[in-house]
Amino acid sequence: MSFFIEVLIGGLLAGVMYSLVALGFVLIYKASGVFNFAQGAMVFFAAATFVGLQQDYGINFWIALVLALGVMILFGLATERAVLRPLVNQPQIALFMATIGLTFFIEGLSQMVWGANVRALDLGLQDEPLQWITDKTGMSVSKFDLVAAGVAAALVTALALFFSRTRIGRALRAVADDHQAALAVGIPLQHIWAIVWAVAGAVALVAGLLWGARNGVQYALTFVALKALPVLILGGFDSIPGAIVGGLMVGASEKLAEVYLGPYVGGGIEGWFPYVLALAFLLVRPEGLFGEKIIRRI
Amino acid sequence: MLYREAGQFKTSYATDTAIFPILQDRIVIALVVIGAFVVVPFVATPYVFTGILIPFLILSLAALGLNILTGYAGQLSLGTAAFMAVGAFASYNFILRVPGIPMLVAFALSGVVAALVGMAFGLPSLRIRGFYLAVATLAAQFFIVWFLTKVGWVTNHSTSGVITAQQVVILGHAFTTPVDKYLLVLSIVAIMALAAKNMARGNAGRSWMAVRDMDVAAEVIGIRLMRAKLLAFGVSSFYCGVAGALFAYAYLGTVEPEAFNLDLSFRVLFMVIIGGVGSILGSFMGAAFVTLLPVLLSVTVRFLDRNLGLHIAESTISNLELMTFGALIIFFLIVEPHGLARLWQIAKEKLRLWPFPH
Repeated sequence: MSFFIEVLIGGLLAGVMYSLVALGFVLIYKASGVFNFAQGAMVFFAAATFVGLQQDYGINFWIALVLALGVMILFGLATERAVLRPLVNQPQIALFMATIGLTFFIEGLSQMVWGANVRALDLGLQDEPLQWITDKTGMSVSKFDLVAAGVAAALVTALALFFSRTRIGRALRAVADDHQAALAVGIPLQHIWAIVWAVAGAVALVAGLLWGARNGVQYALTFVALKALPVLILGGFDSIPGAIVGGLMVGASEKLAEVYLGPYVGGGIEGWFPYVLALAFLLVRPEGLFGEKIIRRI
Repeated sequence: MLYREAGQFKTSYATDTAIFPILQDRIVIALVVIGAFVVVPFVATPYVFTGILIPFLILSLAALGLNILTGYAGQLSLGTAAFMAVGAFASYNFILRVPGIPMLVAFALSGVVAALVGMAFGLPSLRIRGFYLAVATLAAQFFIVWFLTKVGWVTNHSTSGVITAQQVVILGHAFTTPVDKYLLVLSIVAIMALAAKNMARGNAGRSWMAVRDMDVAAEVIGIRLMRAKLLAFGVSSFYCGVAGALFAYAYLGTVEPEAFNLDLSFRVLFMVIIGGVGSILGSFMGAAFVTLLPVLLSVTVRFLDRNLGLHIAESTISNLELMTFGALIIFFLIVEPHGLARLWQIAKEKLRLWPFPH
């Protein structure tokens, strides 16, 4: 039983990491209806920029963090200007393809600027079990995972406050609800999109730092986007709490499936299990757990 | 002037419902077909066949399949490569395990297997739509590739998981040279493109388009959604399956499941989007664009590198190519979101009057 709980906790904590990536998707989808496939590449780019600044130029941790944040915000603004603005009012699929193009661009750019080598990212956190929990319960829970969960919780709280309490946040929600109505009451759509992309860039940086510290900063980081997709459809594309709950569900179920089901089918099921789970779930609730109910009329 | 249909009177139902009602279209198509079948085999070099033409044709077929699903029926799918993989491995097993099976029958059967798998993974489309469905089809992508890697039987227990395609022999003739393979692929692609064109303008195609434009409305006017959607998934996967079989037998030769990864799915999707959603011609134009662009890019970059004496590192070149590819895709989407096929339509409109102003 304690092994089960250990696996469960490990999975839940891993799920938090997925949620962090999914959060970036949700932000952009909510405000602009764009399914931003480039989020994974942005995570990689952010982490590579941070590590590159730190290691190649010997910049202090905090300054590098601020600089990387600046780069990501600039990048978000540039994307909005160069990619989204010319594509306003195009079908969603065209925007989706544009973000795949953007993915290629970012992957090429970050590998050209920062090299293709795997780099270690040190946040000063060890990925080791917390001693006192092991002493008390005999289970090992990684310190790193706990911090990651804390960061995710802080980020979600901050975003939730930002969305509900600030003027810009309210404008964001208005835009998400109805573009045209928002325009009609005088909300500057372009500014809002620029802000959302900048915030998504910042979220990508946080996700990139944590994932980079866990797996090393490398090209494979872009694949975390694929882990975030089932989270998205589980939680609903346009729900921030959905991203968190979906992440937890995906993380926990995939670890449990790998441990308890994996041996019977030859292992390696982590890659597709979340998708099948999400699929089964969608058959019951087509708009995801927290997604807005779809009403269809002619 | 060139494309003016004035004076071409339709005096029977047969001429009215012809695939290409305008004489000029018939001439262009005839020229293209004759050129592809007769002229190209004498002109092209083996590299052009194996490096450009064969992959172009096979990927056109896959793009055609996806275009039926995404362009005509409006169901976004990211699992194209997986259905191609099903086709490739199914034909391998048919030829391996059924002695004396004709190759073409094996290819067709592998298409049928892919169609069945596609319909199974198309079932969720009855409940979910849009990006939710797109992500759900990723389940097919990851599950099928995993399945082909894990289950030894499908690769005939090959230790590396790699299969080597048997030699293609049809009616006692071994297709070994690039020209032979090219002609084989070309014939299959031509026949299937014709079939697709007919399907798209027939009953099936019309119901798909109705479903695409608004499925609730389509249901109200009496189109059976389940049948239309599953048929679209089946036909689309059939095309992808045959494309996958050809990919293994006429192009790669040795295949591993990983060759049919998500990247390939995306490439096929690019072809559909860049070529033109809901256009048969667009599938070919998109495939040409996506196949040729990397070749042209790498030639251009290397040419510049050599002549300007820049001495760019090899890794930088490949990254530059990746960036340019991404940027060009965005550029094309911005300039012409309806794809290359739309450009051709505009050109045709212009040619109607040209060289006169009115």
